Amino acid sequence: MLDLPLIWAGLIATAVLLYVVLDGFDLGVGILFPFAKRKEERDVMMNTVAPVWDGNETWLVLGGGGLLAAFPGAFSVLMPALYLPVLLMLAGLILRGVAFEFRFRARDRGRKFWTQMFAGGSILTAVAQGLILGGFIQGVTVVDGRFAGGTFDWLTPYSLLVAAGLVAGYALLGGAWLMMKTKDNLHGDAKRWTLIAAGAVAALLAAVSLATLYIHPRIASRWGFDLSNGFALDWAALAPLLVIPAVGLAGLAMVFVMARKGSHRWPFVGAIAVFLSGYLGLAASFTPYVAPYALDYRQAAAPDNALALMLWGTAFILPLILIYTAWVYWVFRGKVDEESGYHH
Amino acid sequence: MEIDALLLSRLQFAFTVSYHILFPAFTIGLAAFLAVLEGLWLWTKRDAFKTLYLFWVKIFAISFGMGVVSGIVLSYQFGTNWSEFIRITGGVIGPLLAYEVLTAFFLEASFLGVMLFGWKKVGPRLHFLATVLVAVGTSISAFWILSANSWMQTPQGFEVLADGTMRATDFAAVIFNPSFPSRLVHMLLAAFLTTGLVVGAASAYRVLKERAQKGGGGPVEGWTESRIGLVMAIGLVAVVAPLQLLAGHWSGEVAHEHQPLKTAAIEGYWETRADQPLHLFGIPDRAAQKNHLEVSIPGVGNMIQNVPRDEVIKGLDQWAPDDQPPVFIPFFAFRVMVGLGLLMIALGLGGAWLHWRKRLFDSPWFLRFCVAMGPSGFLAVLAGWMVTEVGRQPWLVYGVLRTRDAVSPVTTAEVATSLIAYISVYAVVFTAGAIFILRLMAEGPVAAAAEPDPRQDRAPGSALAKAPADTTPGEDA
Repeated sequence: MLDLPLIWAGLIATAVLLYVVLDGFDLGVGILFPFAKRKEERDVMMNTVAPVWDGNETWLVLGGGGLLAAFPGAFSVLMPALYLPVLLMLAGLILRGVAFEFRFRARDRGRKFWTQMFAGGSILTAVAQGLILGGFIQGVTVVDGRFAGGTFDWLTPYSLLVAAGLVAGYALLGGAWLMMKTKDNLHGDAKRWTLIAAGAVAALLAAVSLATLYIHPRIASRWGFDLSNGFALDWAALAPLLVIPAVGLAGLAMVFVMARKGSHRWPFVGAIAVFLSGYLGLAASFTPYVAPYALDYRQAAAPDNALALMLWGTAFILPLILIYTAWVYWVFRGKVDEESGYHH
Repeated sequence: MEIDALLLSRLQFAFTVSYHILFPAFTIGLAAFLAVLEGLWLWTKRDAFKTLYLFWVKIFAISFGMGVVSGIVLSYQFGTNWSEFIRITGGVIGPLLAYEVLTAFFLEASFLGVMLFGWKKVGPRLHFLATVLVAVGTSISAFWILSANSWMQTPQGFEVLADGTMRATDFAAVIFNPSFPSRLVHMLLAAFLTTGLVVGAASAYRVLKERAQKGGGGPVEGWTESRIGLVMAIGLVAVVAPLQLLAGHWSGEVAHEHQPLKTAAIEGYWETRADQPLHLFGIPDRAAQKNHLEVSIPGVGNMIQNVPRDEVIKGLDQWAPDDQPPVFIPFFAFRVMVGLGLLMIALGLGGAWLHWRKRLFDSPWFLRFCVAMGPSGFLAVLAGWMVTEVGRQPWLVYGVLRTRDAVSPVTTAEVATSLIAYISVYAVVFTAGAIFILRLMAEGPVAAAAEPDPRQDRAPGSALAKAPADTTPGEDA
C-alpha cells in the first residue's frame, strides 16, 4: 500500500522548489530592473522572461492548489495565519504580471509607471514570500484544527531577515539568468549584479541560519545543536546533514569562480545549487510538519481516496508538463538582444 | 446588517470573482476564435485571416494576463477568507481544483508563450498547434471550475466524517453532479457569445468608421478584415444565441428539480401553489414576504417551468425568512440576463437576415446596435452568476454548509484592509487594460496588426549604426 500523504508531501515540496527556482529568476529580473541603465536594456531583460513567466508562475498555483487539495487541514490553517503577507504577495504578482503586456502597450508616462510596477511588484512579491517563509518557520498557533493566532504573528525581526535573504536570493538567480541570456554591456552589468547579490546571499544565508538555530531550539536540536545553556553539539545528528550546507557553499563558490572565469552558464547552475541547499535545509528542519509545529503531513492530509485520485492523474500528466515545459524553454533558447524586438 | 469579517469576505469574494469572470468569459471564446482564424489562414492562405489573427491575439494577450493574475487571487482566497470551507470540503472538491491546474493551467501558460512570442521561432503548423492547445486549455479550465461550482449547487457523492470534514464516496458522482452538464454548456455558450459580441462590436465600429472615411471613394485599408470579422461574429451570435436560450432553460429545469429555493427566488414565488403566474416585473420584499408592483401573466408560470398547470410549485413560504436568499438580487439579475439574451438573438437573426439581403454593411443603425451590444455579453455573464450564486444563499454548499459557517477565523480589520487593497489594485489594472484594449480596437485590425519594428521603438539618438559589436567578454559555454 502506498503511503499517499508522504508521496503528496514530496510532490508538493517538489512543486514549490520548482516554483522558487523558476519564478525566482524572473522575479529576480524584476528586482534588478531599477539598476538597468537604458530603456532598451530593460526591454531586453523583460524579453528574456516574457515567454516563460506565466508557466513559471503556474508552479505557485500548483503549490497552493496542491496544498489545498492534498492537505486541506494545513492550507486552511496557514492561509488565515499569513493573511496579510499572502495579500501582499498577490498584489505584487498582479502588478508585475500585467506589466509584461501593459509596459509594452503604454506610452511615455504610462510606460514609466508600468516599469515601476514591474520592479515594485517583483520586489513586493519577493518580500512577501520571504515574510511567508519566515512566518512558516516560526510556526502557527492552532487550536482544534483551526488557526488561533494573531494578525501580526508573522511579523518579527526574524521574518524580515528571511525576507531580505529571499530578495537577495532571487536577485542572484535573476542576475545569473541574465548573464546566460544577454550580451554586450547588459551582460557585463548582469555579471556585476550577480557577484554583488552572491555576496549578499552568502551573508544573509549565514545570518538566517544562525538566527534560526538561536531562535528555534526545536530546529537547532535537529541539527545537533543545543544552545539552551552554553553550547553543546551532537556530531552524530549534524554529520549526515552537513552535505546540505556543503551544496550551498559549492554553489556560491561556483557563482564566484565561474563568473570571474567568464562563463555565461555556470553561475546560473551555482545559483540553483544555493537554492537547493537552502530548500533542503528547510526540509530537514521541518519534516514531518506541513503547518509547523501543529500539524504533520498525516494529520493535515485529505482522505486517501482523494489523494489516490489525484496521484493517478499526476503520474500521467506531470511528466507531460515537464516535457512540454522543457520544449518551450528549448524553443526560446539562446541570447536575447535589442534586435529581437518584441513579439506578436 | 453588521459589518464583520463574514460580510466583508462575502463582498470581497463577490468583487474579485466578478472581476475575474470577465476575462475567462472573453478569452475562452477568443482563444477558439483565434484557433479558427489561424486554421483558416493556413488552409486558405488569405492574408486577411493572418491580419485578423495578429490583431486579436494582441487583445487576447492583454485580457489573458489580467485573467491569470486575478485567478491566482481566487485560489488563495479560498484559504485566506474561506478556510473552514476548505477544511471541511477540501477532501471532496480539492482534487477538482488540482486537476484544473494540472490539465488546464500548465497547458495554457506554457503554450501561451509560444503563441505570443514564437511566431518566428516555430513553424506555422506548430504555432497553430500552440494556439489550439491554449484554446483547449481554457475550455478544460471551465470544465473543472464549473464541476466544482456545480457540486456546491447540487452536492452528492460524499459523506460527513466524525470530525465534521467530508470525504467523497463516489468521485464520478461528485464531478458529474446533477447541475454540472447544463451549467457547463450554459457557461461555454456564454463565453462564445461574449466573444462574438465583442468581435462584432469592434468590427462594426471599424465598418462605420471606414464608411465615414471613404466618403464614396474606393475601399480604404482594413476594409476586408473588418467585414470578415463582422460576418463571422454575426454568424456565431445567430447560431449560439438561440441555443443559449435552450441551454438556459435546461439549466432552469435542473434548478427547479434540485434547488427549488433558487427557482422560487428567481421567479419571485412567495406562495406555494399550483398554476403559478409569470411575474414579468415586481419588487420583491423579504420583510413583507411579497412582491410590490407586480406585473404578471397569470396561468403561464407552470408552463415556463415545463410542469403541468395543476402541479404544485414550491414558493419561498416553504422556508423560514432566515433561510431565504436575498430574493431581490436573483429576481432582477435573472430578468437582466434574459432581456440581454433576447436582444442577442435579435442581433444574430437580424444581422443574418441583413447579410442575406446584402445590406449588412449599409445599415448604420444596425451597425450602431452591434457596437452598443459589445459589452452585453459581460453584463449577461455577471447577471447570470449573480442569479446562481446569490440564489444559492444562505448556503455555500446547498443544504450542507452555510456561508456563515465557512468563513476564516480572521479579523474584520484584516478583511477590510484586503478589500480596499483589491479594489485599489484592480481599479488601476482594469483602467489601464481597458484603455489598451479600446485603443487597439479603435485602430482596427490593419493598423494594429503590423509587426512592431524594433528599430522604431528605439530612443531618439541611438542610431542603429552606432550599436556596438558583440563585445561580451568570456565564452558562451
